[in-house]
Amino acid sequence: MQSEIIIIAILASLACVIPGVFLLLRKMALISDAISHAILPGIVIGYLIKESLNTPYPIIGAVVFAMIMVVTSEALHRSNLVKPDTAIAVVFPPLFSLGVILVSLLASNVHLDTDAVLLGELAFAPLDRMIVFGSSVPKSLVKMLIIVIINLAVALFLFKELKVSTFDPILSKSLGFPPTLLHYLLMLMTSITAVGAFDSVGAVLVLAFMITPAATALLLTSSLSLMIVLSFGLATASSVLGVLLALRLDAGISGAISTVMGGFFILAYLFSPTSGMVTKMRNKMRIKNEYALSIVMYHLLNHSTAHDMARECSFEHLADQFSYPERYLKKIVNKAIEKGYVEETNAVFLITEKGKNEAILRTDY
Amino acid sequence: MDILQNNIAIEVEDLTVAYHHTPVLWDIDVSIEKGAISAIIGPNGAGKSTLLKSMLSLIPISSGTISFFGNPLKKMRRHVAYVPQRSEVDWDFPTTVVDVVTMGSYGALGWITPPGKKERKLAMEALEKVGMEAFANRQIRELSGGQQQRTFIARALVQDASIYLMDEPFAGVDAATEQSIIEVLRELRANGKTLVIVHHDLLTVKEYFTHVILLNVHTIASGPVHTTFTTENLQKTYKGKFNALKGGIDELIV
Repeated sequence: MQSEIIIIAILASLACVIPGVFLLLRKMALISDAISHAILPGIVIGYLIKESLNTPYPIIGAVVFAMIMVVTSEALHRSNLVKPDTAIAVVFPPLFSLGVILVSLLASNVHLDTDAVLLGELAFAPLDRMIVFGSSVPKSLVKMLIIVIINLAVALFLFKELKVSTFDPILSKSLGFPPTLLHYLLMLMTSITAVGAFDSVGAVLVLAFMITPAATALLLTSSLSLMIVLSFGLATASSVLGVLLALRLDAGISGAISTVMGGFFILAYLFSPTSGMVTKMRNKMRIKNEYALSIVMYHLLNHSTAHDMARECSFEHLADQFSYPERYLKKIVNKAIEKGYVEETNAVFLITEKGKNEAILRTDY
Repeated sequence: MDILQNNIAIEVEDLTVAYHHTPVLWDIDVSIEKGAISAIIGPNGAGKSTLLKSMLSLIPISSGTISFFGNPLKKMRRHVAYVPQRSEVDWDFPTTVVDVVTMGSYGALGWITPPGKKERKLAMEALEKVGMEAFANRQIRELSGGQQQRTFIARALVQDASIYLMDEPFAGVDAATEQSIIEVLRELRANGKTLVIVHHDLLTVKEYFTHVILLNVHTIASGPVHTTFTTENLQKTYKGKFNALKGGIDELIV
């Protein structure tokens, strides 16, 4: 049961990662949020046809409403009266609300409620089972596996097409890969994935699965294929850790997975070796220190002639000369002494031969 | 390819383009010879980039026809390469220089087939031509403006088109880059390619180009540089503003 929950979570996360990476790079992260909400009326209508979620109708309904969302918001911003993000934000809440109203009016006595839609019922997902090749497996596991396979196939076969149309739509068009077609393919993939994943993991986790691993991976790598692989890894790790954490704490599974994913993002944001905040600050500090060392040494070099040395090369004068705080300056001078660039005699700093060479080297741009 | 034997590479007839019902190009007629290297010249807002983009069906046109070697663009896409302004793509996209250049080969590969060793080799050769082979594995976000431009040109080389349309390839690049770009363009021309380039610098027109299209919403004049690039035509193109160049065209013609 526990392992089944973990497997379903992993499959859902892998399915979401694939459209998520491309949505993120197309600066359409918000679209995944909008789609995962706007499909609700479609799901309800599809459900009502056979009073069951296990028919193709909810998926068809979801795709129809996802397309209504996408096409309407695009038409709005093409009119030049509304910005693209506003257009999305204006269109999806009414659609979602329509879904909520439909649920409460028509489907109130059935297995479909708004909490389940938003937060999912991952813990109950293994209860709904079917027989495959003689063994009993959770229906949502089968459903997510199929979606993972479809998405993986699309990403593998159309990798270069998706890449070029994301990076440079004009080139894509002139090479014979219509960017509009690929855009709608991605929208279709996003909505099928969202509808497949929502009843096991919920709309909120769908959004988190689509965007957070991709955003984390982008902080760690600058290669698209590596970004996808890393996102898979992050999604899988978050699913496993999240489910274990939830069971340990007896908390909601979706929430626990989202939290773990958010944790990974914060770690990458702070400590990514290429673009993390801490790395950046450390680099900045290093550059600042090196620069300070260079100009202090250059000053000492310029005044290493006998007549003004005593005056120009005292600590008081250096403190006067440079706008650095005294403590910082002391640290820099000490570093120069430590490296053997500078010697202190009678409170006067003398630049050594080694220091002279270094100073000339450093200022020779 | 028999199609490409036609002497006229590009024919633009009665082209009118409007943004929000305000014409930005009015009744343009231009015909570009095969093997020419033509500059599109005109003041800001003259519609230079718009002309290139409408040739490529990147923006809707109000009227007119555009043909490449006598055929509509739809049939000829593979023979037409476009080098956009650098600002038109997101340089933070997670990819490398050689990868961007390889994209030029995607059209020949068609759907689904991924690029392989052959395409990578083509990309490396193109990078060598523009002097960028040392940057092949760099992240594109680390490139300077001139390097971005050369990456784009290498990508167009990989497309192996017959017609190259370039939007200000010399904008914001240093003299050395400009020199290496013009060498590549001359080599293309020597191989029988046709080039159309949006250009800003009047001083280099004589040196770089064989033909010139003077544009200011209308076509003011178009033809070989020595007969078309005259003081009179430039004054018409730039209206009063051209007087700023006191020496007039003579300075430019040297």
